[in-house]
Amino acid sequence: MIHPIPPGTRDVLPDEMRELRRLNRRLIEVFEGAGYGEVATPAIEYDEVLSRGDRPSSASAYRFFDENGDLLALRSDMTVPIARLVTTRFADAPLPLRLCYLASAYRAVAPQRGEMREFVQAGIELIGAPGAEGTAEVIGVLEAALDAAGLDRAVIGLGHADLYRQLLAEFGVEGEAREAVLGRLATHDLVGLEAALAEAGIGDPAIEACVALSQLRGGAEVLERAREIGGDTVQRTTARLQATYEALVAAGTADRVQIDFGLLRDLGYYSGTIFEIYDPAVGHVLGGGGRYDGFLAKFGLDLPAAGFSLYLERVHVAQMEEESRRRQRAAADV
Amino acid sequence: MSSEPGVIGGPSHPEGPLTLAVPRGALFGETLDLLDAAGVDTAPARGDSRSLIFHTDEMTLVTMRPSDVPTYVEAGAADVGITGKDVLLEQSDRVVYELLDLGYGKCRMVLAGRRGDQRLGESQRRLGMMRIATKYPRIAERYFEDTGRQIELIEVKGSVELAPLIGLGDGIVDLVATGRTLAENDLEVREEIVDCTARLVANRVAHKLRAAEVDDLTARLRVASRA
Repeated sequence: MIHPIPPGTRDVLPDEMRELRRLNRRLIEVFEGAGYGEVATPAIEYDEVLSRGDRPSSASAYRFFDENGDLLALRSDMTVPIARLVTTRFADAPLPLRLCYLASAYRAVAPQRGEMREFVQAGIELIGAPGAEGTAEVIGVLEAALDAAGLDRAVIGLGHADLYRQLLAEFGVEGEAREAVLGRLATHDLVGLEAALAEAGIGDPAIEACVALSQLRGGAEVLERAREIGGDTVQRTTARLQATYEALVAAGTADRVQIDFGLLRDLGYYSGTIFEIYDPAVGHVLGGGGRYDGFLAKFGLDLPAAGFSLYLERVHVAQMEEESRRRQRAAADV
Repeated sequence: MSSEPGVIGGPSHPEGPLTLAVPRGALFGETLDLLDAAGVDTAPARGDSRSLIFHTDEMTLVTMRPSDVPTYVEAGAADVGITGKDVLLEQSDRVVYELLDLGYGKCRMVLAGRRGDQRLGESQRRLGMMRIATKYPRIAERYFEDTGRQIELIEVKGSVELAPLIGLGDGIVDLVATGRTLAENDLEVREEIVDCTARLVANRVAHKLRAAEVDDLTARLRVASRA
């Protein structure tokens, strides 16, 4: 008998489970070793609580009523539930607070895209450690996690969430024109971006600056190139990214960080430094994170915070690709 | 340029030549010409070889249907690719970076109906909706939604001009280059939806990890396409 399961969900059989379990253990060991205590939260919460994530992309795709008629929802990530947990259970705890998790989350999927409705995230949250040093600690743990997973070629892209919102304010682009520009930036449609900027009626130098920034990525040298582009917002953002980068250099964890002025993350709660994780063996992003300093205030506790999450299944795919690459290279060297 | 095995850390570089997805069909000839003008040797891909993969000094060219380009590029099987804007609009849920308008392959997405025929207007007025046959269901759906009209969508795979001629639908949404096919089938353009040209797209991860190569190719194609 064949009994179907919903598209975007899957069973895990022993061979894969053994490998996933090994990967999970290594990641949690790294997190615990860095002082991050593991927590679990319910997969189901009150919709009113989860929807404080604010943006469509962080709102839950699955809502339903319980026996009392209360509206419940399935979580779409762990950052929002942990914000709820911290403000409820750790309001008076000494700071900084270090928490980690390994948990399933749920999102809507487009048909026939191979997207997962249910997936596992592994990550950390660092609450109450502001600025470049807090960010550097989070990235240090991320690098250790990537090493533990055997992804020694993985790269971390480092950008700034507020750059374009502030830049457009500086250029006086507002309302619909602003949303059009941000939309093109989010999908990285450069042809549409130039058209949207021209439509917004800003001058050619401003258009060129905006397009050039969106393509600016690389090592420490791009900080210098950003300064040449100039403008208050760019100078301020560059100074912040430089501070984070220098904190990473000081901690010895800057080697595989790529500075990326074109980086955007679609989760609404980020502010300040953001990052994404790539591995050359796979075409998809393995995870991401960043600072979300204003977000806990939505739950009534105004604390700086930062964190990251890795998509466990994608890390597992990258592991397999990297292993087969190493095998091929070893065979070629013999 | 590839990093040595055993070197841990250090910004890593993916190995091997950049892979470029090249569209077969109507865009094929002009794409090869543009690549030549940009200094990419396309001689291996010319001629009547049945091969799908061609190696040049600096790049691997993989040839495929234009509508498959976003699929290969999104998955990272190709680092960069060239395809029509019509394909990108139809597959707008695919995550690829659109880097450059290459200018050639100009055509228009249009709403067309039978010459002198009032079916489109009559269906709209008396039935409240038009029946539209198309190979581009998403573009059609979005266009009529944006213009506040309701349609019944009929998706076909082949010559869509046939549909209204024999009573399948009141009109069509299709891509028109010269308009000759429409004219020969007694159809005429009623509304222009969007202009389309060939575009350069990149995989999101390749755009980050092979930044220098992707930027170099983009710059060369920009110069060649403006020449």
